Amino acid sequence: MTLTEPAAPGAIEGSSDFTGGLDIAAARPLRVDVWRRFKRNRLAMVGLVLVVLLVLVAIFAPWIAPYGITERSSDFRQGPSSDHWFGTDGIGRDVFSRVVNGARVSVRIGFLATAMSLILGLVLGCLGGYFGGITDTLVMRLTDVFLAIPYTVLAVAIATVVGRSINSVILIIGLTGWLGIARIVRASFLSLKRLEYVEAAHALGFSRSRIIMRHILPNALQPIIVYGTIAVGSVILTEAALSFLGVGVQEPTPAWGLMVAQGKGNLVNAPHLMFFPGAAIFLTVLAFVFIGDGLRDALDPKLK
Amino acid sequence: MSSVTGDDVLLSVRDLRAVFETDDGVVRAVDGVSFDVSRGEVFSIVGESGSGKSVTAMTILGLLPTIKIHSGEILWKGTDLLTLPEVDRRKVRGSEIAMIFQDPLTALNPVHTVGRQIGEMARIHEGISKGQAFERAVEMLDLVGIPEPRKRAKMYPHEFSGGMRQRAMIAMAITCKPDLLIADEPTTALDVTVQAQVLDVLISIKDEINSAITLITHDLGVVAGLADRVMVMYAGRQVELGTTDEIFYETRHPYTLGLLASLPRLDDMGDEPLVPIVGSPPSLINKPSGCPFHPRCRFSRVPGLCNTEVPELRLITGDAHRSACHYAEELEGVSVESLRESVDVVSAAEMADALLIDVAAAEALGAGEPVGSGGLPDPDSDSGNGAAAVGGAAVGGAAAGAGPGEVTGTDRLVGDPAPADVPDRGDGA
Amino acid sequence: MTSYIIRRLLLIIPTVFVALSFLFFLFFLLPGDPASLIAGGANRAIDQGVLDRINARYGLNDPIPVQFVHYWQRTIQWDLGESFLNRRSVNEILGERSINSIRLGIWAILIEIIVGIAVGLLAAIRRYSIADKLTTIITAGASAVPVFVLGFVLQYLFAVQPNKLGWPEWTKLRTSGLGPDTWTFFFIPTGEQWRYLILPAITLASVSTALLARMTRGSMLEVLRADYMRTARSKGLGERDVVIRHGLRNAMLPVVTLIGIDFGTVIGVAVLTETTFSWPGLGSEIVQAVGQRDLPVLLGLTLAVVLAYALINLVVDLSYAWFDPRIRLGEGENS
Repeated sequence: MTLTEPAAPGAIEGSSDFTGGLDIAAARPLRVDVWRRFKRNRLAMVGLVLVVLLVLVAIFAPWIAPYGITERSSDFRQGPSSDHWFGTDGIGRDVFSRVVNGARVSVRIGFLATAMSLILGLVLGCLGGYFGGITDTLVMRLTDVFLAIPYTVLAVAIATVVGRSINSVILIIGLTGWLGIARIVRASFLSLKRLEYVEAAHALGFSRSRIIMRHILPNALQPIIVYGTIAVGSVILTEAALSFLGVGVQEPTPAWGLMVAQGKGNLVNAPHLMFFPGAAIFLTVLAFVFIGDGLRDALDPKLK
Repeated sequence: MSSVTGDDVLLSVRDLRAVFETDDGVVRAVDGVSFDVSRGEVFSIVGESGSGKSVTAMTILGLLPTIKIHSGEILWKGTDLLTLPEVDRRKVRGSEIAMIFQDPLTALNPVHTVGRQIGEMARIHEGISKGQAFERAVEMLDLVGIPEPRKRAKMYPHEFSGGMRQRAMIAMAITCKPDLLIADEPTTALDVTVQAQVLDVLISIKDEINSAITLITHDLGVVAGLADRVMVMYAGRQVELGTTDEIFYETRHPYTLGLLASLPRLDDMGDEPLVPIVGSPPSLINKPSGCPFHPRCRFSRVPGLCNTEVPELRLITGDAHRSACHYAEELEGVSVESLRESVDVVSAAEMADALLIDVAAAEALGAGEPVGSGGLPDPDSDSGNGAAAVGGAAVGGAAAGAGPGEVTGTDRLVGDPAPADVPDRGDGA
Repeated sequence: MTSYIIRRLLLIIPTVFVALSFLFFLFFLLPGDPASLIAGGANRAIDQGVLDRINARYGLNDPIPVQFVHYWQRTIQWDLGESFLNRRSVNEILGERSINSIRLGIWAILIEIIVGIAVGLLAAIRRYSIADKLTTIITAGASAVPVFVLGFVLQYLFAVQPNKLGWPEWTKLRTSGLGPDTWTFFFIPTGEQWRYLILPAITLASVSTALLARMTRGSMLEVLRADYMRTARSKGLGERDVVIRHGLRNAMLPVVTLIGIDFGTVIGVAVLTETTFSWPGLGSEIVQAVGQRDLPVLLGLTLAVVLAYALINLVVDLSYAWFDPRIRLGEGENS
């Protein structure tokens, strides 16, 4: 919200943040401002372009991929060539086609699992933060329990139970990924619900749900947006880790993590088997990290 | 009033221009400011938030790494601090010029004891041992009237009350007996009851170590009681400079008049309306043309000199009373009281109208009939959030005090954005 | 203080109880019969008599609630049972495996703390410099690369390539296994040991180092703008002294908390790192135990990990109180 603030915040007394910027802020909506600052962040824009590219590749995968995902050729573990841009794998499948189709898996798991843990975290965080007392204690103890079990152990254990399809991977990650969001939401609530405008809303007799939805949640939104963006990246990392440990997505689904895991025995003679899917994971996660960072800086320029 | 002679001048700021370069443009925070501070005097810089008063003070000490000094000089005992190498400038900081900051809770380091922070001042400049520094800290705490100083010196800032923290801050600033104390809103963060005590300490210390004080504040009440001379700043420029009596009783700038009219006075509580200044402080990036105050000035002549030519600070009366208003002379005879009386007869509806009509319509200067207009002071609400707006209206109504109480929430929106930092709003509530 | 520690220790108990009970019941939801696994695998035809004997021996015929009660009765006495697979006592496995994990973990944490804090501080102090921008990009990169991919890349660069290109012997690092297992002072590798240790340690440290560097940078940037830093400058302190005397400790406050949380990350990442480098630690053993439905090993090792994690966090919180005098432990409030 601070527009005329000098590069060193705190240089001018705090209240000038408001007075100095008031006229400009009134004239220009916050969204425009956030986008303007976001646009200036080069890394964030690189991330955005990468993500747009990823989504396009995921949508048009069947048209982009020159071969089918299970189509075999007689060349086993061939390096990159003009026929097979990323080479072929151990049973002669085209790695490029599989990486392109893998984008679909990653996008689906990334967005759906993030959405699931966001919803879970929001609900639990709201409950704990707003109502406090026993509800809060229960929510916090629950997060403690989940935090106490090393994440990979927990995910591997649940994965063994629920099976190995894309949907069960979404379920596992969604069920175990809500801790961070819940804590952020709860903390925001704890600090926000004491603010005067929320007390004013109480005094005016607004209902609880209205206060939560209209007055508290929008203000807790910034960290949630940032966290959610970065979470998509970490979900894709987790998916890869599960596939690597053998409890993720199953053959012949072209998941990137699985492809890296399958290539691990061929590090010496066919490093391309791991390189291309590994690079795909890396670039995708990096893109979300950049966007998340860019969003954080754009939403709250003081917290750079 | 202390008489000012050239020999006593400690600090002499000459035509200082300093800017911040931000993403949104160049913020001209200090725009051609000149003043002197002499030994033993209390010189006060007054203005709204963002008027450049704090930036001016911190530029003197060189505490703003990102500021760009465009021109001017800051002569300290004859030497220009701006051209001094950093190493030498550091020696001035703390030992010759010391600063007291606004919020002692954030200005004190939370992880060090108060005694260590006070003693550090002496260790830096006098190179004494840790033990000696601690003794010195105890001595200083005692000097500023903190009971059980030895015990207190071992405590952390968060274990102090607000008033005690500010005393500790003062103790730290005077450790090396500086020639000039710059106090930046030293009482703003304190309870009203504690404010007077802290100011008392400040003044008695000043006499004890024979230093000058530059008091930066938006609180004209504080100024009236303490300052020898006053400089009023607006939008990075000085608009009026003179002795305290001149500023209060022979006001020659509309902005100063506005500040005084919005100041509640204990002796006429209830009868006199407070007259807020309409509008909000200008953006320092795109300052209004001509006199930066003209869009809010009830005496402005637009179109005319006011919106075309930047008024220079010029001598008006006496030997040092200066004002930066094209029509300063015509303000003679316009008193705060007359301002208030004229407002008294204006109804709330007319006030709301006056807010809508541009101030340009109020060409009352000379006719002696300034049209009053009331913008309700509003807390810093920029959220546009429903509850915030409603709550803000409630608070705003209370803050208007004896003013037009019948103005409703909807009317308030007419004046939006309202001045966010009208001096003494809190006391008016 | 003492009462605070006691309360924290007591709080560990319900957490551990719920966590392990959760795993216990989860395990019995697993498809497949543990007895046939113990007897040699789900796909072979196994004599019913053998299965009965196994079920009787491990108490697998009892109703699950009874098994649950028995499990906790034994666990309270630190009787962790023996592996379904090879009948080794879980305590023995735990002792052997945990030492390897602790050694690897110590090095990873050392790398994390030293590199992470140093890089973060430098980036903050030299803000907008090339080094700062590089830090931003590299730390983002390090947190974006899957641990096992990083592991393989390191293996390729420092083990495969030197052999392929015939580099001198001292450049060649080992990629698999524990190595000669020679140490002095418990954790300092001697002889050839370092060749085996260095790559997994770097891999294990990568994620949390990047996080810590980012956190330190952000925290220090915040501190550099703090009012008390300005106060310190106004006293006439040089910029270096301002940063060291007034900035460092304040900047470390959030960082200390993160280091505590990082132990959890390190444990999680250790599972992947140890698997990638075939390092015989707790992480790789736990993954194997899950895969093979080796319930006693899974529960026993997890119990150890959960307890260690809780204790480490307690120590971190205690050190936090030392860093920040505003925190008074046990009073549950700060100003």
